[in-house]
Amino acid sequence: MEPIIQDLGFIIGTTLMYSTPLIFTSLGGVITERSGVINIGLEGMMYFGAFAGAAVAYFSQDPWLGLLCAALGGAFWGLIHAIACVSFSAEQIVSGIAINFLGAGSALFISRLLFDGATQTLTVARKIPQPLDFLFGEGKMFASSGFTDLVFNRFATVYLAFFLVFVVWFVLYKTQLGMRVRAVGENPEAANTLGINVTRIRYGAVIMSGFFAGLGGAAMSIAVVSRFSNTLISGHGFIALAAMIFGKWKPQGALVACLLFGAAKGLEIFLGSKGVPVAGDILAMLPYVLTIIILIGFVGKTTAPAAIGKIFDKGDH
Amino acid sequence: MTGTKLKELFLKGPFGLTLISILLGFLVGAIVLLIAGFNPAEAYWAILRGIFAKPKYVSYVIIYSTPLIITGLSVAFALRTGLFNIGAEGQFIVGAMAAAIAGYFIQLPMLLHVPLCLFLAMSAGAVWGGLAGHIKARFGVHEVISTIMLNWIALYLSNWSLTLQSFGKQGTGKSHMIQETARIDLFGQWKITEAGIEFIRSHKVLGDILKSPVNLGIIFALLFAFLMWYILNKTTLGYELRAVGFNPDAAEYGGINVKKSIITSMSIAGSLAGAAGALQVMGVGHKIAKLAIMEGYGFDGIAVALIGNNTGPGSVFAGFLFGGLKYGGAKIQDAVGAPTEVINIVVGTIILFVAMPKLIQMLLKFRKG
Repeated sequence: MEPIIQDLGFIIGTTLMYSTPLIFTSLGGVITERSGVINIGLEGMMYFGAFAGAAVAYFSQDPWLGLLCAALGGAFWGLIHAIACVSFSAEQIVSGIAINFLGAGSALFISRLLFDGATQTLTVARKIPQPLDFLFGEGKMFASSGFTDLVFNRFATVYLAFFLVFVVWFVLYKTQLGMRVRAVGENPEAANTLGINVTRIRYGAVIMSGFFAGLGGAAMSIAVVSRFSNTLISGHGFIALAAMIFGKWKPQGALVACLLFGAAKGLEIFLGSKGVPVAGDILAMLPYVLTIIILIGFVGKTTAPAAIGKIFDKGDH
Repeated sequence: MTGTKLKELFLKGPFGLTLISILLGFLVGAIVLLIAGFNPAEAYWAILRGIFAKPKYVSYVIIYSTPLIITGLSVAFALRTGLFNIGAEGQFIVGAMAAAIAGYFIQLPMLLHVPLCLFLAMSAGAVWGGLAGHIKARFGVHEVISTIMLNWIALYLSNWSLTLQSFGKQGTGKSHMIQETARIDLFGQWKITEAGIEFIRSHKVLGDILKSPVNLGIIFALLFAFLMWYILNKTTLGYELRAVGFNPDAAEYGGINVKKSIITSMSIAGSLAGAAGALQVMGVGHKIAKLAIMEGYGFDGIAVALIGNNTGPGSVFAGFLFGGLKYGGAKIQDAVGAPTEVINIVVGTIILFVAMPKLIQMLLKFRKG
């Protein structure tokens, strides 16, 4: 096979792998912000999810149970954020900052208890499987390590992430529930007048955002790598948040932005493997520069949900 | 001030709310420890001992607190103008990088070298913060997002600078040490002379303190806190910045240039965080190293600002609290076997309650019946 095609396959494959945790978390961001609640705590939720996923997968030897528990763990912190923001009119960014300390702190706290004082879990016996693996290899439909293998033979979480982009898009734009979520995010007073339960919608959306961020964390800890460590998440939640805004608060837009961030990572790893470290740092910087430039390009177009960050209090009117 | 007035301020004012949040934070931390099977009293006692038991410990707490106080001031200053400076982290990084570069390449006598390094670092921080302010004022891009981006750009920029032949020590991932003239250590040179070693051995208290990397950083931190209080409360600029934070529309109507205020505020905030990075390099590390992840000085500064109620004195208090918890908290692992990270849970809980004054007011009302 042409080496250049092989290289391209490697880059695309790594891009997909590194985009996946971001896609999950970013979708969580879309859901909560569309309901009008800022969630800067995605980082902490993702962090906790990464730990919970790896810990449960390690002890149960079942990566799927790990993935589920990661999502539930994230959803728990989503609930706390919802209680603070929806029921007690908390300053949403401040509450999110608190969640970041709490999510990371509690993950490391429990990790030290369960893993003999270490801030990382042990390696899980079984990672999230690669469902199409049976198609590739000696005498199979496709050769191993070829372009198709590198690109399409990915972890189940990768396919799940793409599928969920579609699901979130469908729910937000094609169902009554989605319409309600968007209405609450645009004009909660009007939504309330129309009989929509603003509190319930926002609780649901914020909890779901934690659920998705938890999935994102596990997609990192039990698919991309095979254990949780204290440096594993380090800012991915914030990148996902930025990707969501880059993608104009739309699931499909967030997907594109996450792929961009993933591609930068993929290229960085590729160039690193070819021994070009100088370009690596500059290249890694590019998506962030690009995000700022693109955001500047949004001038005059308000794309954020109108009621974002605003406290809704039924008693006010 | 009469007793009732004092009580009023304490119970209803922000000071009381913060204090109650802190108490609740420690309460939740205690509950978590209890559930995990540790004695909270023992654990908290270990933290207290870890902070106060030896002169050296107190000295370390001050050294730990210094950057946190200053990044706290940075975040607090921007918040007073209604801006959320998540970017203190990146401003810290470019400040540290600027100080390391100026400290290594430039040859000057100490009395000029130290101020020059600090000035350049603060300028770098001001550019980094001011850029976010400019993008917000001119293009309406929310500062939370632009500063998150600028944090990463700063991190990669700093790492890239270390790949340069002349600056980075090749293969180590670290920069060259800065010149002696750019350092703010106290007795750094003297400590390794024979007289110094003898002094440390024979003087119990002072010698013990000198075992820690004592430096002038804390003096700068207190100076910055005072300056911030002065600018915000005693100058026209401070009045304008606060007016914008209070109500930008009213400020605009009152003839204040809101856009300019945003840029000014973010620049000052950035210069503070840049100074924090510089002082860390000049007083403690003497070099910069490749950053695999964010170190968290800026993020911890957000906690400090929020707990300190966005004031100068408050940030000093909260900085010492956080610095003490960080340093003392690291010791509960050995003392009682409890995870150090209970500290993050305590701090996170404090912030969560700080975010919800409504809840605390409800609790107070409930208590009174």
